[in-house]
Amino acid sequence: MTGIGATTPLGGTAADTWQAVLAGHSGVRPLPSEWIERYELPVSFAAQIAVEPSEVLATPELRRLDRSAQFAMIAAREAWADAGTPQTDPTRLATVVGTGIGGVWTMLGAWDTVRERGARRVLPMTVPMLMPNSPTANISVAFGAKAGAHTPVSACASGAEAILLAARTIRDGRADVVIAGGTEAAIHPMPLAAFAKMQALSLRNDSPATASRPFCTTRDGFVMGEGAGVLVLESAEHAAARGARVYAQVAGVGSTADAYGVAPPDPSGRGQLAAMRTAIDDAGLVGADIVHVNAHATATPTGDTIESLAIQATLSDAVPDPADSADLANAGVPDALVSATKSMTGHLLGAAGAIETIFTVLALRDRTAPPTTNIEQLDPEVHLNVVCDRPAPLPARGKIAALNNAFGFGGHNIALVLTAP
Amino acid sequence: MGLERQEVLAGLTEIIVEETGLPAEAVEDDKSFVEDLDVDSLSMMTIVTLAEDKFSVRIPDDAVKDLTTVGAAVDYIIGAGESA
Repeated sequence: MTGIGATTPLGGTAADTWQAVLAGHSGVRPLPSEWIERYELPVSFAAQIAVEPSEVLATPELRRLDRSAQFAMIAAREAWADAGTPQTDPTRLATVVGTGIGGVWTMLGAWDTVRERGARRVLPMTVPMLMPNSPTANISVAFGAKAGAHTPVSACASGAEAILLAARTIRDGRADVVIAGGTEAAIHPMPLAAFAKMQALSLRNDSPATASRPFCTTRDGFVMGEGAGVLVLESAEHAAARGARVYAQVAGVGSTADAYGVAPPDPSGRGQLAAMRTAIDDAGLVGADIVHVNAHATATPTGDTIESLAIQATLSDAVPDPADSADLANAGVPDALVSATKSMTGHLLGAAGAIETIFTVLALRDRTAPPTTNIEQLDPEVHLNVVCDRPAPLPARGKIAALNNAFGFGGHNIALVLTAP
Repeated sequence: MGLERQEVLAGLTEIIVEETGLPAEAVEDDKSFVEDLDVDSLSMMTIVTLAEDKFSVRIPDDAVKDLTTVGAAVDYIIGAGESA
């Protein structure tokens, strides 16, 4: 990993976002009051982007890209510049940018146009803008990346799945460099209404900044976020040949499917454990080697509990089954420092896995685990070393390994193991 | 009610500038959409759709291929406005 870029509720760049994370800031803001009054949305807040694309992009790009592709393009340009604008054979450069929902603003806006003003008023760029592969396709065009352009769509695991696919693309010898990440722009009344109907959203309207409280006893759902995270991944040879600064390596990847339900995760946590263990095995490590975990932890009441059991079992190498409570009780609390950064960013859905990969990279670089904010009281069912309130130091010397989880509606489980020398 | 030529040119220029990112000075009567302004077929349809909306005229799809220059488009819009 040689380049990072992000535009998030906490900042317009990866660096600004990371500073805000270390400081424990909240990216949550009020929604337009019209949405609450006119549509009777039960939630009055979300984690909207800190820097609007209109402040960064020129008008033609703003008009040709859905909001989700605007975010992705901004993050990709930052990541590419951060990587030192690598000189690369276009046929050896690929893109992999995932999204959960796709161009929902474009799609619903075009439908409004058809209904209110007729088919003739629909703009011809509507389909190329709303398709979920639009972000990766536009980045492919902008960077002349000809080795392949891929779009994992696995709900809230999409961004992490993009990193997994990018790593495999390089390992398989299909590219030397991959621009990879995730993006989402779904803070629109319809998805908010639908997520609220699933009882997935926090409705803490009296205290938006502390609404996202992963691993806390009083958590009541996630806070919808928007933004994008993009990384530049290179083969070790390519990075070494051009003398690139290397942040971290993708040492191992794992993906499984719960095959349990299209919305709820398998309560046993077995699928999540299998993904994490596969990634750790793939890295040639054991659970005890992991010093830091960026958890998926969206702050839903059941989701966080399942993940915490699965992480505890994974890192306690002796526990084969996270549903075996006696084994887990004996295993105790693993040493790894666990962070739930959605407490600050909200849940960026298809971008979450990508920005949290960036956070994991920066945690390794700075040897600092970011805080989890808003924990009034740690859920007694969570037997993890959760970093609360303030950043915590990771081992100062030697090679260290961290784990990043991302899980999505549909039972998609993605785990990534990153290492830093 | 007819449309003033200068008014139509200014309005169309605004649309073209937003679509292409070119400076307004680059958009002149005799400029070719394809050769001078680098407007591809989807961009042309975007410009036409926005122009229909802005000037309350109808530009049939099969008329678009004859609108090769900015001036031709302006004249067509004025003509369509008069017959409306």
